[in-house]
Amino acid sequence: MSAEAIIEVDDLVARYGDATILEHVDFSVRRGEIFVIIGASGCGKSTLMRHMIGLDRPWSGTVKIEGVDIHSSGPQFRVALQKIGVLFQNSALFGSMTLAENVALPIAEYSRLPAGLVDQLVRMKLCMVELSGFEAHLPSEISGGMKKRAALARAMALNPEILFLDEPTSGLDPVISAEIDHLIRHINESLGTTMVIVTHDLGSILNIADRAIMLDKGRRGIIAEGDPRQLRENPGHEDVRRFFHREARSESLPR
Amino acid sequence: MESNSNPDTPSYEVHRSETGDIRIELKGKYDVRTAPAMRRRLAASLGAPNGGRVVIDLSQVSHLDDFGALLLSDLRQRVEAGGLSFSLDRVPETVGQILSLVHFDDETVCRPLPRKERPNAVVRFGQTVLRHAFNTRYMVSFLGSALLALFSVMVRPRRLRWGDTLIQMEKTGVDALPIVGLIGFLLGLVMAFTSALQLEQFGANIYVASLVALAMVSELGPIMTAIVVAGRSGSAFAAEIGTMRISEEIDALFVMGFHPTLFLAVPRIVACILVVPLLTLFADLFAIAGGLVVGVFMLDLTPHSYIGQTMKTLTLFEVNWGLLKSVVFAALVSWVGCLRGFQARGGAASVGNAATSAVVTAIFLIILFDSVFAVIRSYW
Repeated sequence: MSAEAIIEVDDLVARYGDATILEHVDFSVRRGEIFVIIGASGCGKSTLMRHMIGLDRPWSGTVKIEGVDIHSSGPQFRVALQKIGVLFQNSALFGSMTLAENVALPIAEYSRLPAGLVDQLVRMKLCMVELSGFEAHLPSEISGGMKKRAALARAMALNPEILFLDEPTSGLDPVISAEIDHLIRHINESLGTTMVIVTHDLGSILNIADRAIMLDKGRRGIIAEGDPRQLRENPGHEDVRRFFHREARSESLPR
Repeated sequence: MESNSNPDTPSYEVHRSETGDIRIELKGKYDVRTAPAMRRRLAASLGAPNGGRVVIDLSQVSHLDDFGALLLSDLRQRVEAGGLSFSLDRVPETVGQILSLVHFDDETVCRPLPRKERPNAVVRFGQTVLRHAFNTRYMVSFLGSALLALFSVMVRPRRLRWGDTLIQMEKTGVDALPIVGLIGFLLGLVMAFTSALQLEQFGANIYVASLVALAMVSELGPIMTAIVVAGRSGSAFAAEIGTMRISEEIDALFVMGFHPTLFLAVPRIVACILVVPLLTLFADLFAIAGGLVVGVFMLDLTPHSYIGQTMKTLTLFEVNWGLLKSVVFAALVSWVGCLRGFQARGGAASVGNAATSAVVTAIFLIILFDSVFAVIRSYW
């Protein structure tokens, strides 16, 4: 593993019941990079992310964040959790709370700042994601793109060292997707936050990713790893070429 | 003055000039971990400045995030509240980026967040009246829709989704047998115990059987069973249909040309109407068995005499009256469960509210209609 690795996934096997989703997955994420997990639907991208953030326990293997096993019990686990923030695919904002309350929740709980300063910090967070003026809105009153940005502000509430983003641009139009990509890149550059992104969005992958891994359903593991622009030029594998050139499998086309 | 040799350790130096100007040199890393503590220390060392300017030199800051920006914003507020001028000096490019990202120069950032204001009593009263009016309108509309759908099923039974109806009959009826049987048995036991204490004094032990049978078959059996079904199945109907409502599954049914009431509500209502009377009979039998246990083991009655007295007391009319009640209660419980599910709007909380409201409304309607039955019976 690289010395600058902030996340180390070592020989991970993921199983649900009798179904093996991932087998012997090995990779590391470097500090400060934008790392993208790509692959066809059902190949185990979200499963891999759920294991990386400690929501699911691996069948075997380990996931370490700054050397601490995310699946260990006790205080170590709490420390590891404080280093990560997660943007879920459907935003997962609390529907009964305003955007400001959603963002303030972790800040008020963990930062021990006085209420007035929590308010200021929440306004700053919402400014960062360009949602200034929407503090009092409920999630049901804003668009999908705004929900993603609000959820991003909440995920960044305590400035975690690593942000996990599950399909941050899914269901958004190309302009809003580009805005989200820009925001991700901007936060990465300004705050040095390491980003781990699960996405299908080819535009996003080529625009913002520093490095990518591609998972394959049949092999239940990684089939390609590297700079996505280089992977597009030199795929080295038929499935990788199809993915980057948006080609359908000939056997799946109607005859 | 605070200083440290490690370039990332946050520290500061305060220089005061003879004119009263203050220059604070910040050094090191001001982030989520260090900024809150440094904010308190800086505020304490700054004290209450009198006159002059306060200049913050950021040239030696190695890293600053929005928590660091918050420290500067707080400092600015304190200084400006004292009537002094505040400025930043020698701002590194990376720090400048963060300050522009959080709109540091925008004064609105310092304002408190808007709080939810509770409307005054008049507005709340108006909102409650309107809510009840809309609720009543929807109830009437859904009642009409359910009756029409039931009528269409009676005319053309093939329109009923028999597969779903059987599944609902199993969930509402078969799965409820253990709890209904247990509650019925214990209820019979308690009634027999309580009444035996009084009747024993008059040598009227045998009337324990009459009391248990009559009270259970005509009154408590239908009510108790309907309340159990409201808690188990009425809430489940509301939660299930409510979840379908908020996840747009009902909209999908509608645009595919299905009648949502016919598709979702009618199988549940029909299933309840068919199985709740059977559950009521089951509860009645177990209650009589509970009474029998007390009669035989405490009151020295023989099983034969207890059952004989029960048969003598119960008429076919009493049994039918109890079954008629249970049919009405079943229709009410299932109708309210589906109604509350269809009314769910918004998020997860509305599904919870729908389930709660389904149970509360169903129990209220059960008691209300039981009173109506009692009045009808008194004039029979």
